[in-house]
Amino acid sequence: MSRAEMRALQSERLKKLVDHVYVNVKFYRKRMDDMGVKPSDIQSIDDIVKLPFTYKTDLRDNYPFDLFAVPMKNIVRVHASSGTTGKPTTVGYTKNDIENWREVVARCLTMAGISQSDIMQISYGYGLFTGGLGVHYGAETVGCSVIPISGGNTRRQLQLMSDFGSTVLACTPSYALHLADALNENGYSLADMKLKVGVFGAEPWTENMRLELEKKWGIHAHDIYGLSEIMGPGVANDCVHHTGLHVHEDHFFPEIVHPDTKEPLADGNEGELVFTTLTKEGIPLLRYNTRDLSTLNHETCACGRTSVRMKKITGRSDDMLIIRGVNLFPSQIEHVLLELGETSAHYMLYVDRDNNLDTLELKVELDETQLTDTIRDLQNLSRKISHALNSAIGLSVKVTLVEPKTIARSEGKAVRVVDNRKK
Amino acid sequence: MTIRQLSVFLENKTGYLNEVLAVLARYNINIIALTVADTSDYGILRAIVSDPEKALEVLRAEHFSVRIHDILSLEMAPEPGTMSHILDLFTAADICIEYVYAFSFGSKSILILRTDNLTKSIEVIKANHLKSIHEAELK
Repeated sequence: MSRAEMRALQSERLKKLVDHVYVNVKFYRKRMDDMGVKPSDIQSIDDIVKLPFTYKTDLRDNYPFDLFAVPMKNIVRVHASSGTTGKPTTVGYTKNDIENWREVVARCLTMAGISQSDIMQISYGYGLFTGGLGVHYGAETVGCSVIPISGGNTRRQLQLMSDFGSTVLACTPSYALHLADALNENGYSLADMKLKVGVFGAEPWTENMRLELEKKWGIHAHDIYGLSEIMGPGVANDCVHHTGLHVHEDHFFPEIVHPDTKEPLADGNEGELVFTTLTKEGIPLLRYNTRDLSTLNHETCACGRTSVRMKKITGRSDDMLIIRGVNLFPSQIEHVLLELGETSAHYMLYVDRDNNLDTLELKVELDETQLTDTIRDLQNLSRKISHALNSAIGLSVKVTLVEPKTIARSEGKAVRVVDNRKK
Repeated sequence: MTIRQLSVFLENKTGYLNEVLAVLARYNINIIALTVADTSDYGILRAIVSDPEKALEVLRAEHFSVRIHDILSLEMAPEPGTMSHILDLFTAADICIEYVYAFSFGSKSILILRTDNLTKSIEVIKANHLKSIHEAELK
């Protein structure tokens, strides 16, 4: 599709979208009215800059369903991701949304050279997380033989990969590395496996890690990008040239904006990645700021595709961490500690990568009133904190109690996280 | 029947224990008995000292986490089997021992005991006429 044709399609879809949300979503109608923008002001895709941004906090404030643009009878699926105050972020899909999702994931998989002759092992988590089911539907559309094994249980993953002859592995890049390193100790070698392609995503990873995965597995490794707010996996994917991720811009219109001024930036300038969901019905979002940092490139790719490419995500403009595919804000930890009220709220979170799996250790200052003469009471306290964190954020955390006033206080913005994962 | 014991939170760092002891030394506080319970990450120092109130005050001023707890203390006859006999009495009353340590003070053999039920333990001590030690006897 030529650039002019794409722009015409995007303009037409944007106009429809703005009419749809203005009529059906109170939140957007109010935002637009406050800014003095009317649906009739949006005549082409260039007018997108007149529209308000949407942030993760807006989803939280409208929990659970207030941003949905259709009645619940038209919603056929709900997904959710963990939120900062115990409330998750919810998204809803209509039948058409699920069809479009299938379509974009199928495009990603085809771009990675996957076809109906492939056996695809999906080791993303199934459930409220969009990873497993999102890739699953797309893989079925392509016609792959799908093995919906979900995440975890490394030994079984390797056994089925060998017995079933899986040719494609879909999971987080860190889990793919973990599986590669677990081959030997589980009595397997690369010769037992028929893997050709990896479709990895749900967490930021570097080009070096991609090359390492290709080497360790003897495969082609592709980066599939997505987030539940926009759709889930399938928003963008890299082709065999690995020169940026092709964005399915007929469904998801990308912009790069300056992190401070929020002014749109031209190709090649790094800033916050913003998406407008051009075709979504269930929970359409205008200019959703992902806080992921990237750049855009509109040049035609060596593969011949004309779609805009986004650079592999290099970082974030906020303090959100991605741990084993799960989004985590340090404020969630603070919330749990304050709610328990049995330690001080002074803590430091250490993120590390042990055997290619992300680990979390929380050092928290002991409150003297909790000190007794038995170790057991302190161990019970650590365990209690660990359980509370686990149920709030869905991640296991090693809790270490430290002396009061030993965690550094900072004058300005508190440093709460030490991320030791290799860059 | 009970005496006061200091509990100090110890981080697992080289030299940390001695930082606590140095403060006690500086204020001329004598350590009568001491034991450390340890885990891989931290420990609790338990000590019977000559002046628990002062120890609490000066350690707190140096930012240590410290508290005082009342703990059972018994004098044992200086002959084989005494301690075993005492523990038998507690077991018979279905009292669980959380921790125990023993030390000598002058000619006395002293047993420090922490159980899961203080009230019941005191009943056992009284009923069996076990000899308890008072802080004044440790000066």
